[in-house]
Amino acid sequence: MSDMQDSLRELYQEVIFDHNRNPRNYRPLPAASHHADGHNPLCGDQLTVYLQVEDDIVREASFVGHGCAISTASASLMTEAVKGKPVAEVEALFRDVHALLTGTRDEAAPARDFGKLQVLAGVKEFPVRVKCATLAWHTLHNALTGAHETAHTE
Amino acid sequence: MNAPRDTVLNAPLLAHAADFPILARPVNGRRLAYLDNGATTQKPKAVIEAEARFYRESNANIHRGVHWLSQHATALYDDARATVQRFINAASADEIVFTRGTTEAINLVAQSWGRPRLTAGDEILLSTMEHHSNIVPWQLVCEQTGAVLKVIPVQDDGELDMAAFEGLLGERTRLLAITHVSNALGTVNPVAEMTRRAHEVGALVLVDGAQAVAHQAVDVQAIGCDFYAFSGHKLYAPTGIGALYGRAELLRRMPPWQGGGDMIRTVAFDKTTFAPPPQRFEAGTPNIAGAIGLAAAIDYVSGVGMDRIHAHEQALLDYGTRALQDIPGVRLVGTARDKAGILSFLVEGIHPHDLGTILDAEGVAIRAGHHCAMPLMTRFGIPGTARASLALYNGEADLDALVAAIHKAQELFGSRRSAGRRP
Repeated sequence: MSDMQDSLRELYQEVIFDHNRNPRNYRPLPAASHHADGHNPLCGDQLTVYLQVEDDIVREASFVGHGCAISTASASLMTEAVKGKPVAEVEALFRDVHALLTGTRDEAAPARDFGKLQVLAGVKEFPVRVKCATLAWHTLHNALTGAHETAHTE
Repeated sequence: MNAPRDTVLNAPLLAHAADFPILARPVNGRRLAYLDNGATTQKPKAVIEAEARFYRESNANIHRGVHWLSQHATALYDDARATVQRFINAASADEIVFTRGTTEAINLVAQSWGRPRLTAGDEILLSTMEHHSNIVPWQLVCEQTGAVLKVIPVQDDGELDMAAFEGLLGERTRLLAITHVSNALGTVNPVAEMTRRAHEVGALVLVDGAQAVAHQAVDVQAIGCDFYAFSGHKLYAPTGIGALYGRAELLRRMPPWQGGGDMIRTVAFDKTTFAPPPQRFEAGTPNIAGAIGLAAAIDYVSGVGMDRIHAHEQALLDYGTRALQDIPGVRLVGTARDKAGILSFLVEGIHPHDLGTILDAEGVAIRAGHHCAMPLMTRFGIPGTARASLALYNGEADLDALVAAIHKAQELFGSRRSAGRRP
């Protein structure tokens, strides 16, 4: 088995397939206090992230859209991960996940337990696919910071 | 390397695969099945060597030196132009302008022919299946002149709606800009017939031949078109070289579009006069080695025989079409009656980009995405497709590898045991 075969199995794990087939929190959120659009025109990936923030806590998170398995699973895992977290913690998570996916993590910084999100790290070995995994997170960041432009990661 | 099953058509051409050094290198530990020829083709030793030999033995600037090397390089460059002329059967070598590729050739016509002549309300007719490079140059010239684009629709099978084409032709039609072969669907358009109809209403015709010249014999005089554009790199030649064919009487009346050396006759601050075509359109030192590489590629395919290449790729297309149609969950996009060796497809439940990544790990190189034809993808309501595109060195083994890799992807995605949700 080649290195590439190993890398492929690192990335395409059952948790990715599971979240691709049955994405969690896949619905619009009528009561959303924040939302933003993300779009990678070159691959056609497109999504909207909805958040309901109260007392600086993300009470609800959801998304709708379409894309590849990596972008769909990343968005699905993200909505699970941020629910119930304070906004400041969600923003810190965005920064850490971004560093994890792009391979720019500060090795000196204390290690974070990414839990299920760790599976997304497999995308590092596929440079052209990193943008698929980061799209939902950039869109989340835009929603929280009130940025009006559509998020892009390509 | 797996020994491909021989067929009468397959066997003689497959021997030529050995002419392409890159095909011998494994990718991701697998035998490379290179099926991304619509993006670019691999280069035979004859082309790689011709370009290297030019730099080793003949390098000098052209059209300006009195020294021997310069005259030698100039002769090689002029010979390359004559080779292109014979390849597409232009009436004269002066009708061949070297460009960086198809894109630059189309921009040249848009800016040099279109911009000075088009006025508000003039119509440029193109089709939904055009590559962005045959859309955007016309949008730019429309903004500059007030001309408008009209678009021939595409039917579900990937053929042009010819009745709609007839309806769109009119007295305001100034140019038909149409692809010879669709890069995303493989559809071969009836360009000779369309040219005849466009000429009847007084319009000129530009044919985008990027996906055609490597796969069938092209005769610009038989087509009757006014301009024909193509790239070298899709024809086994180096990148950065291509050609525009333009009828001599049109090129003579077109102003330069870029200024510089090599395109002038005399320069003075009060009056500069320009060289005749084709030099008028080749400002600056051109891609001399590229032109020589292009001529070597044309000699190479001519040696193999364009008719044999066409027959071989058609046989492979039939083989691949049947093989893909036999896989449950695979849908071909583009099923025109007249097709070149392009298989665009979707696998149910697997996004083309996931498929591309998984196939790559199996050594199968395809293109996944919108193929620079976003309006066409919108027409079919899809973000993109997976595309396998053929060349003379492909054999049944490459398509067998493709099919095996698709099965593997389906297994991995579990899309054959679960209906799944299509994202």
